[in-house]
Amino acid sequence: MSTQPASTEQVWAWLGEVSDPEIPVISVVDLGIVRAVAWEETTCVVTITPTYSGCPAMTVIADSVRDALHSHGVPEVRLVNQLSPAWTTDWMSDTGKAALKGYGIAPPAQQAMDISGLRLGVKRVAAPKLVVICPNCGSSHTELTSQFGSTPCKALYKCLDCREPFDYFKCH
Amino acid sequence: MDQKIEYLLRQGDNALILSQQLSKLCGKGPALEEDMALTNVALDLLGQTRMWLTYAGELEGRGRTEDQLAFLRDAHDMRCCLIVEQPNGNYADTMVRQFYFDTWHYFLMQGLAKSVDARIAEIAEKSIKEITYHLRRSGDLIVRLGDGTPDSHAKTQAAVNELWMYSGEMFLYDAIDDAMVEQGVAPAADGLRAAFIEHVSEIFAEATLTMPDPAAWMQRGGKTGRHSEHLGYILAEMQFLQRSYPGAEW
Repeated sequence: MSTQPASTEQVWAWLGEVSDPEIPVISVVDLGIVRAVAWEETTCVVTITPTYSGCPAMTVIADSVRDALHSHGVPEVRLVNQLSPAWTTDWMSDTGKAALKGYGIAPPAQQAMDISGLRLGVKRVAAPKLVVICPNCGSSHTELTSQFGSTPCKALYKCLDCREPFDYFKCH
Repeated sequence: MDQKIEYLLRQGDNALILSQQLSKLCGKGPALEEDMALTNVALDLLGQTRMWLTYAGELEGRGRTEDQLAFLRDAHDMRCCLIVEQPNGNYADTMVRQFYFDTWHYFLMQGLAKSVDARIAEIAEKSIKEITYHLRRSGDLIVRLGDGTPDSHAKTQAAVNELWMYSGEMFLYDAIDDAMVEQGVAPAADGLRAAFIEHVSEIFAEATLTMPDPAAWMQRGGKTGRHSEHLGYILAEMQFLQRSYPGAEW
């Protein structure tokens, strides 16, 4: 095996093939989880940010990242868990958003939530009035069913035109 | 340093016990959507618990992990506020408990995000996005329940009155909290309490609920390990596996 480490671009490309275990059409890179790739001599250091504090997929993601790099001949991999700046759906790539839509999950409809909203006097109504497009028929005539869907990252919507329920990857 | 460990345990234990309480509703929520939402909130809180307890264990330096801290401490060693150990009751009880907690949690994390302790600031910054969502949801539901049917209104008002005496402990600072404020680790109580009262009263007004007397007598004790009888039962269920099969892992 070559002792010459692969370029960081190459590592990014390999990581681009590691998919999210719960949403296999989107890679961990497109999801914005991978923040940095660097070499410390022969150790590949990958910095990742957790999506949600309790997301059970994070352990699997960490294992998949390690496995993927091992399979490409990287002998030593170190994962750094970085909390700050906190992960946001703004880091999701356009490719990732398109893949979500194709998979039947409506992608985040706006910039990440403004956490100062509740303090600005608008209080409860500060929850943004979103237009979420139905990933099945493209209608904007949709309605929130539940603020939480099958996972913490999703809310449950229904389309009032095609009548299909669908998941919405909420802004975070 | 010991005071900071205690302070971290308080944060971790609040999130842990409330998470455990909400998890009990899995499969029993009043509607499928609510069932999913409550367990998702429980999951967020569990994730936050892990960050707090891991840090507490590291500072302690005795090799205790998040799991050992969660599953091998007895009731008198737990540092959660009394409000999180109050029973799930009916759905109004669950949501009012959640609303009081979320409101306090939200304003506390805003303060902790500015902590001089970088790790605490990071955990708070991470958690605040989830907590904002929790608070929006519980506030919405309080309005729907309060300004709903006569039955939902009556049950929600009863829960509001019943749980009010547990809402004060979160703002009753003792020597540990004061030391954290002094060191720039935690925000002062006064601002937190004012923000809490303001938000709660606004939501109650919209929900047509009567705001309890802010000067009412408040329960206390949880933060220093003097708990209600409920905690023993909660821990018995939560810790059963680890106590019966020491070292068991998934």
